[in-house]
Amino acid sequence: MIRTAWLVARKDLRIEFRSRVLLWQVTPFALLSLVLAGLALGPDKAGSSSSAPGLFYLVVLFVALSVVQRSRSLESAPGTRASVATLGLDPAGVFLGKSLALTLELWGLGLILLIGSVLFLHIALIGAVKALPSVAVTLGVMSTAGTIYGALTTGGEGPVTLLPLLTLPAFAPLLVAGERSLSAALYGGALWEWWVIVVVALVAYVAVGVAVYGVLEES
Amino acid sequence: MMRRSSRWLGWTTAVLLAVTVVMGLWITPPDQVQGNLVRLLYIHPAIAWVALYVSFGTAVVAAGLYLWPRTRSLEMDRVSYCAMEISVVFIALTLVTGSIWGRPTWGVWWAWDARLTSTAILGVFEVAYLALRRANDDVEVRARRSAVFTLLTAINVPIIHFSVIWWKTLHQGASVLTATGSLNVHGTMLTTMLLSFVGFTTLFFWFLFRRVALESRRDARRTGELDSALEMRRREGVG
Repeated sequence: MIRTAWLVARKDLRIEFRSRVLLWQVTPFALLSLVLAGLALGPDKAGSSSSAPGLFYLVVLFVALSVVQRSRSLESAPGTRASVATLGLDPAGVFLGKSLALTLELWGLGLILLIGSVLFLHIALIGAVKALPSVAVTLGVMSTAGTIYGALTTGGEGPVTLLPLLTLPAFAPLLVAGERSLSAALYGGALWEWWVIVVVALVAYVAVGVAVYGVLEES
Repeated sequence: MMRRSSRWLGWTTAVLLAVTVVMGLWITPPDQVQGNLVRLLYIHPAIAWVALYVSFGTAVVAAGLYLWPRTRSLEMDRVSYCAMEISVVFIALTLVTGSIWGRPTWGVWWAWDARLTSTAILGVFEVAYLALRRANDDVEVRARRSAVFTLLTAINVPIIHFSVIWWKTLHQGASVLTATGSLNVHGTMLTTMLLSFVGFTTLFFWFLFRRVALESRRDARRTGELDSALEMRRREGVG
């Protein structure tokens, strides 16, 4: 399972590295969304850092959606999924590999967005550094959840519009927990209860993904 | 036999709900604090009970039974789908009745309260479930994906249930039966509430019986149409 996971993750990351879609399309989109979120609030409120954690996670959420969409599109070419199925790979390993690749991609984008938040939304650099572990775990949960929901929409009608509808309600508690933990890292406050929610969600999604990914890929 | 049971259940539900209405509107006294507004509480908790626990719970159990190889059958998928569909209606009613009660009590139609928000999120999940079913034509694929999605959304129910304890926002905690097991409601008020809970629960099962029967007939018709279309093509080929 671990070997399969490693193979799939390397394959997905290599495709991203060669195509440069994340670099030239998703990263500018992420930064542009951050600027637009600031503009939507107006110069006074965008500059006040109390709204920064919420804006940061809102942008992260939309970026995560487009990265999940991108990850599924790698297998959308006719016959790709069928030929992968004939390889007899362990579905749990495929799930873990795709989640790992997505997590690494989102970590890169999350880091860029945090730097963008320091520049555009004026959050404290030291607070952003303190928030790194909680942001990393939250993005990990989004990746594992996104991998499962992405598999649910593959092959059906309107997967591009269906994915946000299925995923956004699942991301909502993560948005709240992430925003609260980032606020706590920036301005002080209790962190542990938000950590508990995020870690429990991570364990739950990994367990469900390992158990059911094969059932979804049978489709 | 099934038809007779369904009819019997329908009449029982009608009587129970009629008695609830009479007791709730005319026999029970106004509340000391809330006045006549308390009458809305004879239906709101019961509707929420059906939406979150009975209806959604049935959908989750049936989805689990569908995924379990020994109990896998399209009948389980049908039960899960129909229960989810009914849950959507009851979730909407929960939010509407809560909102009507909230306006004079809290001063707003909607508050960003933990229980309200988490219930609304479950409602969105259920609408997403219906969209997911419509996105897949293959019966087996649809059933499998719907079952997995249902199990994934089940995590919301404990979040909604404990939200009033974990976050302590506007929505009150357990009002009828407290965590210590003591009753907060008494007399005719308690009787009316219990009648309402039983009445709405039987209403759900009546809806479920009728809806599953309708869905079975619809599936049978689809299969019949497919068979006759295939037969027609075969005849054309032979001719």
